[in-house]
Amino acid sequence: MSMLSYEKKYRIRGGTFIGGDLFDFWVGPFYVGFFGVTTLFFTLLGTGLVFYGAAIGPTWNVWQINIAPPDLSYGLSFAPLKEGGLWQLITICATGAFVSWALRQAEISRKLGMGYHIPIAFGVAIFAYVTLVVIRPVLMGAWGHGFPYGIMSHLDWVSNTGYQYLHFHYNPAHMLAVTFFFTTVFALALHGGAILSATNPHKKGDTVKTNYHENSFFRDSIGYSIGSLGIHRLGLFLALNAGFWSAVCIVISGPFWTRGWPEWWNWWLSLPIWS
Amino acid sequence: MSSANRTISCLFALTLLTVSACERPPVESTQLGYRGMNMAEIDNPRAPAPETGYPPALPPAPAVGPTAGEVYRNVQVLGDLSVAEFTRLMTAMTAWVSPEEGCNYCHVPTDLASDDVYTKVVSRRMIEMTQHINSEWRSHVGDNGVNCYSCHRGDTVPEYIWYSEGDSQYGNRNFAGWRDGQNLPAERVGLTTLPSDPFTRYLTSPDNESVRITPLQAGVAPDMPPGGIKTAEWTHALMMNWSQSLGVNCTYCHYTADFQDWNLSTPMRVTAHHGLNMVRSINAEYLEPLRGEYPPERLGPVLGDAPKADCATCHQGDEKPLGGADAVSAYPSLVGDE
Repeated sequence: MSMLSYEKKYRIRGGTFIGGDLFDFWVGPFYVGFFGVTTLFFTLLGTGLVFYGAAIGPTWNVWQINIAPPDLSYGLSFAPLKEGGLWQLITICATGAFVSWALRQAEISRKLGMGYHIPIAFGVAIFAYVTLVVIRPVLMGAWGHGFPYGIMSHLDWVSNTGYQYLHFHYNPAHMLAVTFFFTTVFALALHGGAILSATNPHKKGDTVKTNYHENSFFRDSIGYSIGSLGIHRLGLFLALNAGFWSAVCIVISGPFWTRGWPEWWNWWLSLPIWS
Repeated sequence: MSSANRTISCLFALTLLTVSACERPPVESTQLGYRGMNMAEIDNPRAPAPETGYPPALPPAPAVGPTAGEVYRNVQVLGDLSVAEFTRLMTAMTAWVSPEEGCNYCHVPTDLASDDVYTKVVSRRMIEMTQHINSEWRSHVGDNGVNCYSCHRGDTVPEYIWYSEGDSQYGNRNFAGWRDGQNLPAERVGLTTLPSDPFTRYLTSPDNESVRITPLQAGVAPDMPPGGIKTAEWTHALMMNWSQSLGVNCTYCHYTADFQDWNLSTPMRVTAHHGLNMVRSINAEYLEPLRGEYPPERLGPVLGDAPKADCATCHQGDEKPLGGADAVSAYPSLVGDE
């Protein structure tokens, strides 16, 4: 595979967390490393188990394939393979693959002398997944509280789980998560718009504009520009909060609140200010 | 205190307040459907449990000798009972409904046959209602049935009753500020801001509009309720009340990907459906017609209507009232003729 002329000088040996020089090499453009190998192992095994689960299931319709966690009666113990055990193994593989991938990102960051912003950002997404299938089920005492692996089935799970707390829009962390998701999209759209409008000449022959124009636009319109580094800090902050509060909103539903979310707001109604 | 300190203190206080509003693990869960779909009831084992079981039944009375109708005057409903059984039931009713007030809550002490106290007239009709429920609504109450205690629980007026809120307190439909009966947190609909009186709309008559808001056919929907899809808020409010009344969540009856589909619903939804019709029936035929018998203080503050029933009147937070205990086998006279 071809390589850009300057890429070679960034391919530095060393800086691995584990395995020393053993896997410290590249295959084409891809850095391998110990965690590249474990990523590959968990990915192949997990995907193979998904196919096995589909094969012993009632359908090959990709929308309806469903690999469900065990019955609640199994609690936190292992279940037979065909009664949720597959789900448990696939969950181990998925978590192993995601964490391996994040550690591989961290090794690459170390080699390049960069900060760990990328693996940390990815780690928040992993945290949200692990919250759903490990932390919350453990807090509630049964693996059966995890979500099923299937396109339609996991949507039905989301719906049923929301309605278990009657009206999920009253969940305070869900409110925050939804707000951060929308704000992330909004900020990215504004940022993308600012960059493209400055970079694409207004008419043929115009010079390309720079961040001076971008800053001026936002100062003119809202009196303040966060700046070209700041907008990326803001973007990271918004996006990580979206994922983080998603994890919070589901982990509090069940372990820390068993009734309808509207009822939780009773603390507000009974504030001594007006009650 | 600097403004930063003040902000931090406020945030800390707010966090404490919201966290203290929460519960904690471990929780109890009951699976109600196929594994992994989260058809489950989630309960806090440390929450106060609903009352279970009826007060012990009184010792049986001999069914021999003259009947109450032959011995006493003005016995319109229970006249076929032996005097002993009649007295036994009266004693039980006193314990169920007016344990502190005693017989005189309904009776004139010097003339027990007198109908001068309004509560006696109401009680008679309530006995008929109980018989009606136990014979005609087995589809909802099963063989356990109900007796006075199911709703009264030792109070002369059951704790959970409702009055119509009417339209008047919400101003005029044609002007700004019209709330359409909603947007205030209402206890009877789970503290949501959904319409606070879905009862008048759905629980007053067998002729009430359907609770269903999803059209039966796709596209044009000639069978939509007059308010269109906005009536979903009224249905939602009623469902909030049911959920609260039974202490269950939506998945107790519904597979929420398709609420209306009976094939996906749990068997409990069928029981609930009969319950809806039962409440409509007893409100229309038994409770509201008593309006003329009550003194003003027992009538609704807005429309002067009679106190009426919803699910909570009997369920009081339990899936099956009083834990599904048997209410009638010790008092067979409370089951009407089928």
